[in-house]
Amino acid sequence: MLKIENLHARVEDKEILKGLNIEVKPGEVHAIMGPNGSGKSTLASAIAGREEYEVTEGEIALNGEDIRELSPEERAHAGVFLSFQYPVEIPGVTVTNFIKASINESRKAKGLPEMPAKEMLQMIREKSELLEIDRKFLSRSLNEGFSGGEKKRNEIFQMAMLEPKLAILDETDSGLDIDALRIVANGVNKLRSKENAVIVITHYQRLLEYIVPDYVHVLYNGKIVKSGGKELAVELEEKGYDWIK
Amino acid sequence: MELKEKLASSFLAFENNVALDLESTVHDIRSKAFKAFETKGFPSRKDEEWKYTSLNSVLKHDYNVFPKKEKSLTFKDIKKYVINQTDCYNLVFIDGVFSVFLSNTTHDGLDVCIMSAALEKPKYKIAIDAYFNELAKEKDSFSDLNTAFSKEGAYINIPKNTVVPKPLQILNFSTGADPKILIQPRNLIIVGENSHVQIIERHQSLSSNITLTNAVTEVFVNKRGIVDIYKMQNDLETASLIDSTFVSQKRDSVASIHTFSFGGNLTRNNLSFYQEGEHCVSHLNGISILNGKQHVDNHTLVTHKAPNCESHEMYKGIYDEKSTGVFNGKVIVEQAAQKINAFQQNNNLVIGDKASVNTKPQLEIFADDVKCSHGCTIGQLDESALFYMQQRGIPKKEAKALLMYAFSNDLLKNVKIPELKAKINKIIARKLDVNIGFDL
Repeated sequence: MLKIENLHARVEDKEILKGLNIEVKPGEVHAIMGPNGSGKSTLASAIAGREEYEVTEGEIALNGEDIRELSPEERAHAGVFLSFQYPVEIPGVTVTNFIKASINESRKAKGLPEMPAKEMLQMIREKSELLEIDRKFLSRSLNEGFSGGEKKRNEIFQMAMLEPKLAILDETDSGLDIDALRIVANGVNKLRSKENAVIVITHYQRLLEYIVPDYVHVLYNGKIVKSGGKELAVELEEKGYDWIK
Repeated sequence: MELKEKLASSFLAFENNVALDLESTVHDIRSKAFKAFETKGFPSRKDEEWKYTSLNSVLKHDYNVFPKKEKSLTFKDIKKYVINQTDCYNLVFIDGVFSVFLSNTTHDGLDVCIMSAALEKPKYKIAIDAYFNELAKEKDSFSDLNTAFSKEGAYINIPKNTVVPKPLQILNFSTGADPKILIQPRNLIIVGENSHVQIIERHQSLSSNITLTNAVTEVFVNKRGIVDIYKMQNDLETASLIDSTFVSQKRDSVASIHTFSFGGNLTRNNLSFYQEGEHCVSHLNGISILNGKQHVDNHTLVTHKAPNCESHEMYKGIYDEKSTGVFNGKVIVEQAAQKINAFQQNNNLVIGDKASVNTKPQLEIFADDVKCSHGCTIGQLDESALFYMQQRGIPKKEAKALLMYAFSNDLLKNVKIPELKAKINKIIARKLDVNIGFDL
């Protein structure tokens, strides 16, 4: 699914990723952990194609295809979804209208006609129930005045609607109380399948109790310094990161 | 010959041509107005009120003041500019001349007819004496010029306790029959006690010949009256508009003017509100979306003369390419106007590298127990929002358009005519050159 080799990336003049390797296969869940400033969010942004994050060396391949030259929307159409650590507020566009635009633009890119309104509504209803989202919530402006938990739930709702091949959850657990965490994790778990893959970026082991990873990687100073199974996350929680550095 | 001199000789011809009965005061009003115009002349950038708007591109032309040829239009020609509603009262003017054929007037209960009739016929004398030029008198030289040549336009008089169910439309077309034409429509709108009316006003050029429109509208809203005026400005780049609207409000009245500026070479909107009684509410909303070398200047004035009133002013602008904009919002709170609430906001997105906007709030407050607030922003599109939308599969161009649409969206909420709202949505989508994946 995703294969990253010797990835170097920088923001302005600062090199943040310094030769990162990772391979994610369909059906797998990978957790990427690491201290602040280790490059976790940079990795997410580099995969999603944010302009400010310049890939200087190495390769990012999605299903065997090099995606480095693709625009963010082209990567999205290819099945990359990034759940943002800080979802952006867009006043004046409702959640419903945004997701409609999002789905229909993706379909347009694939040469498909717009999704019929009835089908769209049905899907919105199903997926919002999955994430225990209130109807009223859907007619509010996107992320405007949402609580931290609502923003994250809305991200996973969009993920459920878009059915990506590769979902990257960037600090999705930050700002969530225990109930919201359970709902979000439950949503993610329901979306897991043999065909798609998930990368969970997190500081803490807490989320990984709910979304159980197949692999855990420790990112430090722009490189993956240790990989292991889910028990590595527990170990990190107990000992911190110092022993790995 | 300079335009000003040409206007002087035209004025003599004009006055000799129009028949008025001897008791009419209109002749006197026109002559005085022309004198005032001659004294002041056209404004220049040395005038504080015109500092950011140059009239050079407008005044350099040799305009025909009276249309030489008459051109008739069919409904097909103007169809797309009409909000299509049956049983609607329409007033259509072609090169400043009223078109009986395309209009739908009435005298049944309310008067929806034409200024030339109102100025000449004795039965309108009382209303004309009471209202005509009461607000526009010696305010500025363009209004004086309009008054001097005032002859044609809309005359709308809604008696008390009348709700006009469908919006009235005032449509001014210039056909290009003359290579360069100056049109000066003059409208008078009187809203009776407890009455309600919605009016859509549009100036549209149908050819790429040069058009300058200098329009004046006087609006009188009596006790508890409600008026909503929508100004649609989506003209060609060869057309310029100086549009001055004066609104006088009696107590408990609500007056709203919505200005949608999407086109034209130079558009100057002067809105002047005078709150004469307590508990008046005034709304001034505007959206400008410009590109090319278009220029829009929104000059507003709200004069709070009475206590316990409100005024809400909200202007938004999106400037692409080399377009330029001005917002000048003046609020005067007279000493008697205690406990008023005056709100003013002007937000701008400057997209084009060579686009610019000048914004200036002006508050003159002589009362001591009031709430006056104002704010303005000038910014660019939020890059992180664009990336967020792209990440969700929305291409950059559409994402930009959606953000710009969203930026102006909260002002569209105030459009109470669904057909008009749909039309504006369409214009905005076309203006932003996108087809967004949902119904705007």
